Amino acid sequence: MAGEPQGGLTEYIQHHLTHLIPMNVEKGAFWAVHIDSVSVSLALGVVFCLLFWLKARKATAGVPGRGQAFVEIVLEFVDGQVKDVFHGDRRVLGPLALTVFVWVLLMNAMDLLPVDLLPLITEKFGLGHFRSVPTADINMTFAMSLTVFVLIIFYSFKAKGFGGYMHELFTAPFGANPLLWIPNFLLNVVELLSKPVSLAMRLFGNMYAGELVFMLIAGLFSAGSWVLYGMGIIGYTVWGIFHILIIGIQAFIFMVLTIVYISMAHDHH
Amino acid sequence: MDFNATLIGEMLSFAILIWFCVHFIWPHLTKAIEDRQVKIAEGLNAAERAHAELREADTKVAAEIKVARQQATEIIDKAQQQANQIIEKARAEAVVEINRLKASAQDDIASMAQRARDQLREQVGALAVQGASKIVQREVDASTHKALLDQLAAEI
Repeated sequence: MAGEPQGGLTEYIQHHLTHLIPMNVEKGAFWAVHIDSVSVSLALGVVFCLLFWLKARKATAGVPGRGQAFVEIVLEFVDGQVKDVFHGDRRVLGPLALTVFVWVLLMNAMDLLPVDLLPLITEKFGLGHFRSVPTADINMTFAMSLTVFVLIIFYSFKAKGFGGYMHELFTAPFGANPLLWIPNFLLNVVELLSKPVSLAMRLFGNMYAGELVFMLIAGLFSAGSWVLYGMGIIGYTVWGIFHILIIGIQAFIFMVLTIVYISMAHDHH
Repeated sequence: MDFNATLIGEMLSFAILIWFCVHFIWPHLTKAIEDRQVKIAEGLNAAERAHAELREADTKVAAEIKVARQQATEIIDKAQQQANQIIEKARAEAVVEINRLKASAQDDIASMAQRARDQLREQVGALAVQGASKIVQREVDASTHKALLDQLAAEI
């Protein structure tokens, strides 16, 4: 916002929806890595790892400290969700669900920072654009959902074997008649592909829309009227409080669906 | 929607995060939680046992107190009985003693009275002899009239 000529709300929002990319690549190029998404998500990933690792390293069966108790509550919550859906070895699916939940929650929570705060700071270092919510970047959400997709395929092969999985792809859900092989396969491919797409689009859509609403409300601050300024403050607060709910729910949904998809990959039809 | 190398980078970092969690976070925490669950279960069991033992001890103590109280009443009863017996015995002995003393006193009195009577009789005999001799104005030979005097003394 600052440092550039004021071009109204449209320009303000467009400015805030532009990712920070390396200076020597063109916008839209393959190597136009979104530095903001990557740095924020990595920083939050490190925060998650450090927080949980430091507590896990010193975890004892004795009376837990506050930190350990907190970490354990989160873990037991996630483990309970996994246990409800998946009845097998939870040594990989459990940590996966924990990582998804905490990481997505942390990245979503970046939405609660004032929408201009991080851009204002990075501007001091000469970086014009900065989007602070990695989950409002479709690359981020698809990165996670595609990784989950890879795991779905991996566990399908692992649980059923190559032959078993192929058999399932071609004979379920309609039947083993050779005439039905192609329809079966097409349906299964659609079903399979819809999983990562819906997973990623749901999170992206929610967070992108949330960010956009924050920007629209923030636009009231520069509207030049005290009444609108007051409305902006109220609106920003109300939407922020409501958004806390969305942040948690979206992280939870992403985790639960990840668990469901991977446990489905283990099931035999 | 501009997909680019960000996607691949984020996929890799996500995979690394999962790997880290699988190896360094999850096992430690689940182990600690499970160990604590075992500990808590043991603690609860121990508390339950201690409770049962306490209840048992309480009933035992109550029974023993009851028995002790009974014994105490028995002892008191016995002591009272003994005391009564002693008193009764003492009273009986006292009565016997009293009777004995009374009897001996009565004997004494009787013999003393007898003696006094005998003396009186003798004196009366002597006075009678004196009187009679004075009356007859002559000496009555005491020895010749002894039989008579003795008879007189016996008659008095």
